[in-house]
Amino acid sequence: MSAENIKKIQNEKLVKQVRYVYDNVEYYRRLMDEKGVKPDDIKGTEDLHKLPFVKKDDLREAYPYGLLATDIKNCVRIHSTSGTTGKRVVAFYTQNDVDMWEECCARAIVAAGGDKHDVCQVSYGYGLFTGGAGLHGGSHRVGCLTLPMSSGNTDRQIQFMMDLNATLLCCTPSYAAYIGETLKEKGIKPEDNKLKAGIFGAEPWTEEMRRNIENSLGIKAYDIYGLTEISGPGVAFECEEQSGMHINEDHFIAEIINPDTGEVLPLGSKGELVFTSLDKEAFPLLRYRTRDICILSREKCSCGRTFVKMTKPMGRSDDMMIIRGVNVFPSQIETVLLNCGYAPNYQIIVDRVNNTDTFDVHVEMREEDFSDIPNGITQREKQLQSAMKTMLGINPRVRLVAPKSIARSEGKAVRVIDKRKLID
Amino acid sequence: MAVKQLSIFVENKEGKLVTITDSIAEAGIDIRAMSVADTQDFGIFRLIVTDPEKAKEALESSGCFVSITKVVGVSIPDEPGSLAKIVHILARHNINIEYMYAFITVSKKFASVVLRVEDNDKAETILTENGIRLLEEKDIVSM
Repeated sequence: MSAENIKKIQNEKLVKQVRYVYDNVEYYRRLMDEKGVKPDDIKGTEDLHKLPFVKKDDLREAYPYGLLATDIKNCVRIHSTSGTTGKRVVAFYTQNDVDMWEECCARAIVAAGGDKHDVCQVSYGYGLFTGGAGLHGGSHRVGCLTLPMSSGNTDRQIQFMMDLNATLLCCTPSYAAYIGETLKEKGIKPEDNKLKAGIFGAEPWTEEMRRNIENSLGIKAYDIYGLTEISGPGVAFECEEQSGMHINEDHFIAEIINPDTGEVLPLGSKGELVFTSLDKEAFPLLRYRTRDICILSREKCSCGRTFVKMTKPMGRSDDMMIIRGVNVFPSQIETVLLNCGYAPNYQIIVDRVNNTDTFDVHVEMREEDFSDIPNGITQREKQLQSAMKTMLGINPRVRLVAPKSIARSEGKAVRVIDKRKLID
Repeated sequence: MAVKQLSIFVENKEGKLVTITDSIAEAGIDIRAMSVADTQDFGIFRLIVTDPEKAKEALESSGCFVSITKVVGVSIPDEPGSLAKIVHILARHNINIEYMYAFITVSKKFASVVLRVEDNDKAETILTENGIRLLEEKDIVSM
């Protein structure tokens, strides 16, 4: 599809979606009226900037039914965010919404090389979390033999993976890494499994982590992006080029804005990603601020897809920690660990004692780090500490802890515990 | 010849020692000697037991992080000057002792000393040459 065609589809759908939202969602009507925008003012994507933003706070304020655009008799499902950043957000789906979402996930599976001959192991959590349901539906649509494993019970995961010759694995990257570690412990080599590709998302991961997973499972690891508010995983997906994720532009419009001013930035600029849904019925969102920082690009992709590509989120406009006045991103800690030969199993604990920030990083030690003499362990702690100091500019207190002692949830790993009460 | 010692990583958290001692007890293993090295954040619990392999398995299955370290065990008469004699021998040969601990068996005729040095084989050869009796795994079991 040419860029012009995509734009044409977006223009037509946007006009309809804005009218639909204005007519059916009082909360939105109020926001638009306050800004003095009427549906007639929106004639195409070039008018998008006239619309007000919607933030997560709006979703919380309107909880639970305030942003629902249709009668519940037309709705067939809800999903909810994991609540890592505060109060839960609930999103609603009509059957058409579910179909559109599953279609997006199916595209992700196909882009990772999947077809109806594949055995697709879905190890995202099933339930309120969108991961399981989304990839499950996508896998059905592609015609894969779907293993609805959900997360957890790693021994059983591995048993099914090996016995049923699973070829695709869908889960969070931290769980994929954990499965890889467990396989190694069991003496199962990467070439012993039949997996060829994995579709991993729902939490930030780095290129180093990708290589780590690819090596331990013997696969190609593809990124997938999405958020419950917009539908779930599959809003954007990686192709064989593995250099950014194609956004499903026939269903969503992406913008990049300056998170401080709200100003729309040109292609290629780094800023906050904003989405507008184009054909949602139950929970349409106009200009929803994701808080994910990334770059959009329309450079020609070798895979032939023409949808705009987004980089992996480079952080969130809100997960940056300021410790002793210094900006710290968890991904920086992860990079140091991987560079020093450690698995990215860590936890950052920030607190404030006597008006000074404490900054502790717990890292799981490797087999070879442990000996009967404490000195060996404290030496390695010091090495890691100085590597982190170099990267961050401030000195954390690094502690090596026993392997597997940091809770590695099968969903999202808890990387940061901030005990400071910096926000009421 | 060396004796096997269990080295267990103990985080400075409530209940950690309970887990360790319970799993050794439940496996039916006798502890012959122990020593603890500690820092502010963690300790290393070192044990000489009747069946180190089985103990390691039991500890690991209850989530402990354990390794087996080879140490030198010697049997010396339980009388003044015995320990001094060994230390003198090692010092004369420039063998550094990383750590050591001792225990006395029921017979009370002999004391046992566990030594951790850099080169077990060298230390054992020198001690044997100087007439010191080394302990073997079977000695630990039959004590």
